[in-house]
Amino acid sequence: MTATGFLSQLLQLAIALLLAPLLVGWVNQCRAWLANKSAPSLFLPYRTIRKLFHKDAVVAENASPIFRLTPYIVFAAMALAAAIVPSLATDLPFAHAADAIALVGLFALARVFIALAAMDIGTAFGTMGARREMFVGFLAEPALLMVLFTASLLSGSTSLPTIVETLAHRELAIYPSLAFAGVAFTMVSLAENARIPIDNPATHLELTMIHEAMTLEYSARHLALIEWASALKLFNYSCIGLALFLPFGIAQGSFDWLAVLGATPVLIAKLAVGGFALALIETLSAKMRIFRAPEFLGTAFLLAVLAMLVNLLLGS
Amino acid sequence: MLSALHLIVAAIAAWLTIGVLALVSVRDSARIIRLLFIVGTGVGLLLAVVAFMAMGQIAQSIVLPLGLPDLPFHLRLDSLSAFFLLLLGVTAAGISLFSAGYFRDSEGSAPGLLCLQYHTFLAAMALVLIADDAYVFMVAWESMALASYFLVTTDHRIAEVRRAGFLYLLIAHIGAIAILLCFGVLQGGSGDYSFGSMRSVILPGAWGSIAFLLALFGFGAKAGLLPLHIWLPEAHPAAPSPVSALMSGVMLKTAIYGLLRVTFDLLNGQLWWWGVVALVLGLVSALFGVIFATVQTDMKRLLAYSSIENIGIIVAGIGLSILFKSYDKTLLAALTLTATLYHALNHAVFKSLLFLATGAVLHATKERSLGKLGGLIHRMPWVAWLALVGTLAMAGLPPLNGFVSEWLLLQAFLFTPSLPQSFVNMLVPLAAAALVLAVALAAYVMVKFYGVVFLGRPREPNLAYAKDPGRLERAALVWFAIGCVVLGLFPVNVIALIDPVDAMLVGSTVGGRGGSWMLLAPVNADRSSYSPIIFLAVIAAVVMLTIQVVHRQYHGRVRKGPAWDCGFPLQTPRMQDTAEGFGQPIRQVFEPFFRIERTLPSPFDTRPQYKVALEDHFWRWLYLPVAHAADAVARLIGRIQQGRISIYLTYSFFTLLALLFFVR
Repeated sequence: MTATGFLSQLLQLAIALLLAPLLVGWVNQCRAWLANKSAPSLFLPYRTIRKLFHKDAVVAENASPIFRLTPYIVFAAMALAAAIVPSLATDLPFAHAADAIALVGLFALARVFIALAAMDIGTAFGTMGARREMFVGFLAEPALLMVLFTASLLSGSTSLPTIVETLAHRELAIYPSLAFAGVAFTMVSLAENARIPIDNPATHLELTMIHEAMTLEYSARHLALIEWASALKLFNYSCIGLALFLPFGIAQGSFDWLAVLGATPVLIAKLAVGGFALALIETLSAKMRIFRAPEFLGTAFLLAVLAMLVNLLLGS
Repeated sequence: MLSALHLIVAAIAAWLTIGVLALVSVRDSARIIRLLFIVGTGVGLLLAVVAFMAMGQIAQSIVLPLGLPDLPFHLRLDSLSAFFLLLLGVTAAGISLFSAGYFRDSEGSAPGLLCLQYHTFLAAMALVLIADDAYVFMVAWESMALASYFLVTTDHRIAEVRRAGFLYLLIAHIGAIAILLCFGVLQGGSGDYSFGSMRSVILPGAWGSIAFLLALFGFGAKAGLLPLHIWLPEAHPAAPSPVSALMSGVMLKTAIYGLLRVTFDLLNGQLWWWGVVALVLGLVSALFGVIFATVQTDMKRLLAYSSIENIGIIVAGIGLSILFKSYDKTLLAALTLTATLYHALNHAVFKSLLFLATGAVLHATKERSLGKLGGLIHRMPWVAWLALVGTLAMAGLPPLNGFVSEWLLLQAFLFTPSLPQSFVNMLVPLAAAALVLAVALAAYVMVKFYGVVFLGRPREPNLAYAKDPGRLERAALVWFAIGCVVLGLFPVNVIALIDPVDAMLVGSTVGGRGGSWMLLAPVNADRSSYSPIIFLAVIAAVVMLTIQVVHRQYHGRVRKGPAWDCGFPLQTPRMQDTAEGFGQPIRQVFEPFFRIERTLPSPFDTRPQYKVALEDHFWRWLYLPVAHAADAVARLIGRIQQGRISIYLTYSFFTLLALLFFVR
């Protein structure tokens, strides 16, 4: 582990932590525009997080330490994920600690903790949210892993920086396996980030919420961390998608200030386009009933498996 | 010079002695039996240490002048035996420690008898692992089955327990017959039943495949593979918790040991389709087990189904390993086998932890049904926090141990494009998808298990009196929780430990290839790497840092208040998800898997009742027809039973004639 590598690691982490709420703000703004509403400020998520940090935390009387610890664990898991997903550079020392499979494990860790915390208070909505979240997760997680496997088979490695470096050096063409995987990945990302059509981040209608139902009991700094972690999760998923399917403009090789500085605007531009696309998908589709979710996610899973088979059949 | 094998024989003798002592010590038995269990713990530790030292050493063998005149006991200790003895020793030590506290006030069998059965069980399992001829193996195997049968039927006054015990015994014997036939095939006409001669025999034609299938069937019955899994969810809830832990943690692994011994050691040359059979069977079992685990409402049944899942994963790993071996990809075979053995070890540790935790809950609450538990983290913090470790490990989450073996296995799956046969190449990604699905569902199961038992609000008022178990039990739980963490954080060392087994069975090793003590990189660091220590350190550091920063920068003020729950004023503990409610989405998605009998109340019912019963299709599709057929055959044979002595004498006469004709 070199000092410069460590530096690029910290730089990327810091940029991820700072940019994540902005991405959420941007998506919300686009959604408002597309719905012909007047848009909230781009920086509203920052203000919300700051406001929440100032408030006094209210914790239910029968909460166990798991409840209070979970926001920190979820936040830490998302921070680590942000450190190992190559968003700006591929010279990431931490990426050796966790490859693509461990990344999925990391997301699962966060999911399990947040579901346990939701069950901890013992309210009807909390347990319902936990159940639904695990229900969505049990199909989304394998689908994500299959997408990553496809990329791994293409590049002969499960290490994310290696995958990015290999994929970035291929000639520009449409690879059938990646096309399948891309569709699957988009569907999984929508589900995993509590987006329409599986969930709606803006809803508090009791019967339809999933993610929001789990975090109902959180307030103040705990809620701030959960919100920030959700933003980071969206950021991470976007970066995984960009790294797998548009791996251009990421600083490669050993650390270089100029390359990283050059990669930042490229990343922001890609995220802006991706965020708009997300808002467009959300605006154009309607939320599904919860029992339609398995069909949606099952499709994603099958597409991802198909991607792998296509890869093996065609070798591309 | 005292060899390791002698020490192991001594340990077996010591366990037997403990059992006999327990039987003869009548007076003041509770204290003595507690002491004997603690001594048994020591023996288990000794066994683990000896086995650890023996890993990678040259195989030792001795012949004991026991048994029948012409058939002395051949015993042998090689790396494969040593690995499983290590597993046995480590697990048995913890479980014995727990038992010392647990069996104080047992009902059912007398404590002395129980102690004898328990230690006979341990001794028989150890003997299975060092047996070097079919005769000793079968003697030990049957002793193991019988001892565990008596342990399962400890509460023999309950009819259900007797029924579960009978089912277990029946399937154990069907399996044993297959194993016996397998050995019969393996000796290949030489008439020599020692493993040494079986190794040298080259079986002609399809006999090798027949032997493999018999072994898969026989050992699969013991391990709980489909379709002979049916006894597991019956026997585990019936047995006392430490016995469940021992059966699930260790006894199922002796079946895995047997399968490995026959497939890789006794049989010469593996065929690729054996691997496919084992892979498919394993994965079907894994998926089946985990889907059933999600809908269980009894916590021990849930864990039993999850054992089926884990055994399925292990057998799938064995299958993949056979596949690689048959194509001479020894490095990949070694990688897969490492993952498999690692998973066997992990499963022994975390499943024991969870079964013991359910035992503690059972003793504290007298309740096994998930629908009547809840909120125990406040009443039983020790058990709850230690069970959390086991839960996360079993859910396959990093940085604990369950994840490492699954990671290794998935890595192995990613290597398949190197296989020459395209059919297999296509099959393996599908297998990987099934495996991943099973693992993801395991997380669902574990969230359900932990959330319903330990979190939330107590569903029954008398749960308020639950309290943590005594020191011995807590120590045992700590032992296994440490095991989960250590096996999770130091995979490189564990793999180095498994390497001799790989070297022996497939002729290649995994360890020492790129990476250091803290970076696991099975092939090379560019291809894939995982470092649980860095993983944990980063998460812990971020957690600490965030807590510090948030509290310094803002404040740490907390107010306690009632739960908000979207502002609903009336909340009762009954409004939480029950185990059934939590499993309902999975039941709906996988409805064809279950036979569901449901009675729904009418809307006008003043005292509505809801009932749902889930059943295995196998009961109706396989077991009942077989049982009916067996009944019919028995009736048919019953016809020759006339009850008159002259007719019986005639039968004897004809039998003698026939024998004279054939034997001469």
